[in-house]
Amino acid sequence: MATMRYLQAVRLAMTEEMERDPNVFLCGEEVGQYQGTYRVTEGLLQKFGAQRVVDTPISEIGIAGLATGAAMAGLRPVAEFMTWSFALEAMDQLVNHAAKITYMSGGRIHCPVVFRGPAGVGTQLSAQHSQSLESWYAHTPGFKVVLPYTPSDARGLLKSAIRDDSPVIFMEHAGLYGTSGEVEDDPNFTIPFGQAAIRRAGKHCTLVSYSRGVQLCMRAADRLAEEGVECEVIDLRTLVPLDIDTVAASVSRTHHAVVVQEEWKNVSMGSEIAARIYENAFDELDAPVERVAGADVPMPYAKNLERAAIPTDIDVAAAVKRTLA
Amino acid sequence: MARTAAKQPENNEVGSIAPADLIKSYRLMLLIRRFEESVYQKFHENKIGGYLHRYDGQEALAAGIISQLHLPGDMILCTYRDHAHALACGTPARAVMAELMGRATGCAGGKGGSMHLIDPERGFMGGDGIVGGPVPVALGVGFALKYRNTSNVCVCYFGDGAMNQGGVHEAMNMVGLYKLPVLFILENNQFAMGTSVQRSTGQPDFVLKANAHGIQGEKADGMSLFSVHDAAERALHHIRTTGEAYFLEMDCYRFVGHGIGDDNTKGWTTYRSEEDIEQWRKRDPIHSLKDYLIERNLLSAQKFEEIDQEVQEEVKDSISFAESSPEPPLDSLYDHLYS
Ligand SMILES: Cc1ncc(C[n+]2csc(CCOP(=O)(O)OP(=O)(O)O)c2C)c(N)n1
Ligand SMILES: [Mg+2]
Repeated sequence: MATMRYLQAVRLAMTEEMERDPNVFLCGEEVGQYQGTYRVTEGLLQKFGAQRVVDTPISEIGIAGLATGAAMAGLRPVAEFMTWSFALEAMDQLVNHAAKITYMSGGRIHCPVVFRGPAGVGTQLSAQHSQSLESWYAHTPGFKVVLPYTPSDARGLLKSAIRDDSPVIFMEHAGLYGTSGEVEDDPNFTIPFGQAAIRRAGKHCTLVSYSRGVQLCMRAADRLAEEGVECEVIDLRTLVPLDIDTVAASVSRTHHAVVVQEEWKNVSMGSEIAARIYENAFDELDAPVERVAGADVPMPYAKNLERAAIPTDIDVAAAVKRTLA
Repeated sequence: MARTAAKQPENNEVGSIAPADLIKSYRLMLLIRRFEESVYQKFHENKIGGYLHRYDGQEALAAGIISQLHLPGDMILCTYRDHAHALACGTPARAVMAELMGRATGCAGGKGGSMHLIDPERGFMGGDGIVGGPVPVALGVGFALKYRNTSNVCVCYFGDGAMNQGGVHEAMNMVGLYKLPVLFILENNQFAMGTSVQRSTGQPDFVLKANAHGIQGEKADGMSLFSVHDAAERALHHIRTTGEAYFLEMDCYRFVGHGIGDDNTKGWTTYRSEEDIEQWRKRDPIHSLKDYLIERNLLSAQKFEEIDQEVQEEVKDSISFAESSPEPPLDSLYDHLYS
């Protein structure tokens, strides 16, 4: 086991897969000569050369099209969006092309492409740069949607994404890039999609989240443990496919559930997870599912308003207490 | 269509700037420079957050063009590199600094921040955080100005990197098609973050691209207030007399990093050298204007000193104003979601 930061784990996954398969290449804004906006792709241009680490203009439609078309024609592109906020420019290529071509072609075309980059809210980046839009992609049939929380997951899940024959939306969290964790030594270590991880066992309440939301849940669980409340924390890891079995099994032990996300509450991932809990474990629930989410407003800039718009571990702990009350 | 359609004036007679206006522009450019020089410090003090992009070196583009507009009838849109544009529109430094610090007294009430300054009462329709984002909006503003039968102009600033955005070309095509009163100002500071113009397009002749959309244009020296002013004067004359758009490529340079992150990590060393920066600094638009004013005896050494003192005071005052202003009230979180 080696200890490394989340962003190094992302880089390691790309490095290993590029070494393994010559059809894997990277493209995106500032991924090469500049060494990556967040230094995620640092050193890769030097290692793999300009044919496989392709610097692009600020043309998100072009980036998405380049990756989608290249995937249809037999390559395995990993396309970076400088942040997921800029992928909005590319929605048509993503939703109407990458996600649909396999189905539209009756299965005759594969589109093994990974779209990745930092997502998440915070650091006063304000309305246009600070938002979480994972449910948009989870809503779209044809995408697999992955949001890793730990460095090991970032690496293992990204390797699975690159090897997957379908388009994968891979959202890293900029606020997790600096976090450290242990990463397996095996260069073939991968993590299959659709398997949630139980990050902490507990019998009173199930906390369900993904990406940085898991961090909030872990902190809330620590707080509540001091008061004798034991939470089970489930990290979904992939939103599509969604491991509802692990969630339902947990709820049937705890009989209470709180769903936690940074994205807006209205018509969101949390709405879907709560609905699935009702569909799969209604009889097990002793109280309605609680949801903790971002305020339904464009992200305000001012520090105090931003703090009020982003969920915290205190909000999570309060939700647990409400559901247990 | 001729590549450079506007007639170049023969002996610069169109472009003469009255001495009083020159001094005003000098003061404005210096205010912008001193303002920008103060913001990194405030970021490091944790009073400003988010992304922070400075305009050092590009001041002539704000001063030389906005001074000729009829605000607020004319309307301005620009990028996230927008502090200068707000100041040039007459937004008080206090309201700009307070916005940077996320205070209730900021020009957007603390909701926007550095990238989203705005002051509609002064014709400033806002900075935009999305590369290329303001250009399609400028199409709409230009459409409204024509629809309402005004003789006003929409001025849209954007970067060399933005010229590679699909939406920019859709919008320029429609502006050309519908013959709308839009003045495009391409702030060609040679780089889009770490990517030089040469590394971002197969056709670096930007005027040609505007021409391809049926829009006349020309290239000007963005480091010279005179060149900027004269080109804008010709362009505005063209737009106001024909009702049709115009495109100005302004050759310029940003003296500091793309944003504070680029400066903090020294990311800029991957794409340019200290020597390059020094070369461009020799063409500092503020210094050359100062030299001009001295040569022509238009301003005394003492007057320069006074102006410098004044703008430094103005910046200091904006900082103490912002620092002593309240944060927005917490219960305003859901305000302004709808009109
Ligand atoms: C659609 C989109 N893609 C990427 C970004 C990230 N980004 C912000 S500024 C910038 C460079 C823009 O360069 P340019 O248009 O030349 O303007 P300059 O910053 O030089 O003034 C990039 C890539 C963004 N804000 N929007
Ligand atoms: Mg530029």
